[in-house]
Amino acid sequence: MEHIVIIGNGISGVTAARHIRKNSDVEITIVSAETDYFFSRTALMYVYMGHMKFEHTQPYEPWFWKKNNINLKKGLVTKIHTDATKIEFHNGEQLTYDKLIIATGSKPNKFGWPGQDLNGVMGMYHKQDLENLEKFAPNNTVCKRAVIVGGGLIGIELAEMLHSRNIPVTFLVREESFWNAVLPAQESAMINKEITDNHIDLRLGTNLKEIKADAIGNVKSVVIAETGEEIECNVVGLTAGVSPNIDFLKESGIEIGRGVKVNRYLETNIKNIYAIGDCAEQHEAIDQRRPIEAVWYTGRMMGETVAQTICGNKTAYKPGHWFNSAKFIDIEYQTYGWVWAQPKENEARFYWEHSSGKKCIHISYDKNTHRFIGINTFGIRMRHEFFNNALNKKLSVDEVLEHLADANFDPEFYKLHESEIIAKFNQENSTNIQLKKKSWKRIFSLQ
Amino acid sequence: MKAIKNIGLVVFITGLIIFTGSIFTGSFNLNEAELDNFISSKNYKNELIKEELKKAIVTSEPLSIFEFSSKVRNAYAISNKYYDDLIAKYDAEKNWDKKGAQYQYKIYGKPHTLSFELAKIAGKGSIKENPNLFWWLTFGLGIVGALLFILPNYILLGNAGIKNNGIYLESSTNRGLIAWLVLIYLVGFYLLLYFMPDYVVNWTFIFDPISKALNGGLASQWFVYGFLYCVIMLVMAIRMYIKYRHNKYQIIRTTSVLFFQIVFAFLIPEIMTSLNMPGYDFKNAFPLDYDFFFEWNLDSLRSSGAVGLFILAWGILLTLVIVPVMVYFFGKRWYCSWVCGCGGLAETLGDPYRQHSNKTLKAWKLERWLIHSVLVFSLIMTVVTLYCYFTGTNSFLGINSQWIKDTYSFLIGAWFAGVIGTGFYPIFGNRVWCRFGCPLAAYMGIVQRFKSRFRITTNGGQCISCGNCSTYCEQGIDVRAYAQKGENIVRASCVGCGICSAVCPRGVLKLENGPEKGRINPTEVLLGNDVDLMKLINNN
Repeated sequence: MEHIVIIGNGISGVTAARHIRKNSDVEITIVSAETDYFFSRTALMYVYMGHMKFEHTQPYEPWFWKKNNINLKKGLVTKIHTDATKIEFHNGEQLTYDKLIIATGSKPNKFGWPGQDLNGVMGMYHKQDLENLEKFAPNNTVCKRAVIVGGGLIGIELAEMLHSRNIPVTFLVREESFWNAVLPAQESAMINKEITDNHIDLRLGTNLKEIKADAIGNVKSVVIAETGEEIECNVVGLTAGVSPNIDFLKESGIEIGRGVKVNRYLETNIKNIYAIGDCAEQHEAIDQRRPIEAVWYTGRMMGETVAQTICGNKTAYKPGHWFNSAKFIDIEYQTYGWVWAQPKENEARFYWEHSSGKKCIHISYDKNTHRFIGINTFGIRMRHEFFNNALNKKLSVDEVLEHLADANFDPEFYKLHESEIIAKFNQENSTNIQLKKKSWKRIFSLQ
Repeated sequence: MKAIKNIGLVVFITGLIIFTGSIFTGSFNLNEAELDNFISSKNYKNELIKEELKKAIVTSEPLSIFEFSSKVRNAYAISNKYYDDLIAKYDAEKNWDKKGAQYQYKIYGKPHTLSFELAKIAGKGSIKENPNLFWWLTFGLGIVGALLFILPNYILLGNAGIKNNGIYLESSTNRGLIAWLVLIYLVGFYLLLYFMPDYVVNWTFIFDPISKALNGGLASQWFVYGFLYCVIMLVMAIRMYIKYRHNKYQIIRTTSVLFFQIVFAFLIPEIMTSLNMPGYDFKNAFPLDYDFFFEWNLDSLRSSGAVGLFILAWGILLTLVIVPVMVYFFGKRWYCSWVCGCGGLAETLGDPYRQHSNKTLKAWKLERWLIHSVLVFSLIMTVVTLYCYFTGTNSFLGINSQWIKDTYSFLIGAWFAGVIGTGFYPIFGNRVWCRFGCPLAAYMGIVQRFKSRFRITTNGGQCISCGNCSTYCEQGIDVRAYAQKGENIVRASCVGCGICSAVCPRGVLKLENGPEKGRINPTEVLLGNDVDLMKLINNN
């Protein structure tokens, strides 16, 4: 029987395995060095915060794998022998495959800072990072202060985590405003405020120079590059982005760039070897996406796609319209379509912010045709299907606003802001858009 | 703020200790006139019980409630045994006339209940003399302490938002020692309440003035329980208001259950009683209200004139028409988490324990077997009862009417709904009864699953499988299993509490009532993928 080996038990690898199983009865083995079972990486923060136990982050009960005849193998893969179609483990053991899927995900970036490997310096990515954090920052007596370096999604999550245990946090962000390479200025400013509202010491435009150790090799302090200020701390979180976790492939003959190079079919340069998820790098970026996308759902979609190809229905990876979501402490964020940090030449923008300063929407549309391009929504939930449809049908911004009541996805009884939003748009653009009442018929016709 | 919380805890525990300790206070005895009064009011035809009770409790000695109870129960046992022996004797002699004549002397009723009635007359001591003082020392301190403990959360929890911080790090909410102690206390409380009410007769003395003001009579243990229930829900609702102050659905829903408990379950029945009507909870629908069709209730309703007939008609209409129609339009949440008293306690007192419901497939299987069995049990019991009521027989289909009613009341009414349903909150979650036992929930679940406009919509491809929704589902639904497939959640057991939607960090879940078409939407591949691939796989 054909043997499919998948390296990595994250969302990409596990989705691939599930869909291969649905469509075939080949032998499937998932290899992981990190954990016995698939867990949701994005939920690690909730374990530290005490919202959940680690077992709650596992979407499938342990019996699931045996019942679906998916072998789980724990071990660190160190080499791939492509000629012999074998993978080799840390302990020298080997495993033969017919088809191999590389789904090894990412690892946190380190930029050669002095002291970056001291005790108490950690990323927040692997399960082991969580265990490390529990060891070095169980409470605010052991950890009197933590310093986080790098202002992205993981950085703010780590800040929220430590804050939940009342550990004082200093948050060093290289940019002049939080995540402003992705978020437009208004949204970025809103999140700056959310961070400081939670008593987190946010230092914008600030770089790390070095991490200093005490006598026994533990973190003692960090030094700021710009001012030379020394901040005493017991934990340093390095959250300056992630990059593909592919060091073990260097001598395998598999073509790599920053990630594993793949074509639209997620095939590498070597026959029967595929790469999916965070570790895959498209030869050419798809639409306006990046060549490497470290996003939960793109990993899932690549898994679904590669499973089709492996089961004989060769299918290209064609992600649909861009979307994403996150939560910045108490402010939820969703985005559909593209809203770049800086408007492109053809783009016009519409921004509305609620008086509370905790909700806003930001719409991007074409200056000339008024075609809807994308929306950022903060503190208001919106329907994915609505905007997917708007983008498919190339609706104008006027049509989108007119039907904004259909888009709202907030819980029942929440205050609705659509008329306020439209009034502002009408006023700024001298238009006369009228809000239509929510229509189930329209909502269902989207499916 | 922390200090205020700690003071609150000390005050609360003081109130709780006085409340619990009050069981052991006071003295109990009767004089002859009081006993004679009691005997004649009960219409006992036998002299022996009078003799025995006189020997036992007509004394100047101050008996404790436990001695008193044991003496009373013993007196009844002696009397009943005497006549049982006579019955056996005449039976052996085949003297049927004499045998038949003995039955009128037997005294029926639960021994602890008879003892409770006597203790109510016999009680003396500081609680009976100073009920208001003791109200403040027990309920007063409890309420003030709890509020001091809860109100600082407004500041301590930080900005409004989901703050489940530390739930799995603390003993009380992570099945630690404190949780087990709470379980033991609650189970003990329910055992006393249901099976040994005479032991807690002192609690009823605290409430005699309030009860008299409301319904004109002295307080029973059920009055104490009803009052306590309302107080607990009110205090814990304040906790909900603080915790979910950013979430209007939770605020309104909490207000609704609180209103129905205090007005419908407590005040209206009390006021009706004071007006000489049968006290009826207009929202308590059969078969949750399992004794609605019991003979004594039907008789009482039939003898209460127009009001009684109205209640009878309303009760039938409620179960057969209002409940299913409302479930069709709004899902069973309209009842379970907006109106119901059991649900109301679960959503307030039980909220800190909601994460303990079991999410495994095994538990789901058990749930389906158990809850539907209870529904069938309640229906069989009712059919037997009604058949016997209208035909005047004692049994139907070989099932004795009294036996099946007693069995149901004991196993389901007392043990499942009370002792287990609430007592097990701290370890097994706050909806054990609602999920595994409630026959009304089973009935509404069937409607909700097959004919309803209610669903929890999953928002396209936004789910990140984090598991907050499943963890905090009090009904043990693995919400994530649906959400991560982009599938709407349509489940018989969902009570629509809305917490899955509240705790979701990515805005994936929304409780909605909409057209039935497209309510259930099994998908293989989620939104976000190229449209062709989705079509291809979903069509296969």
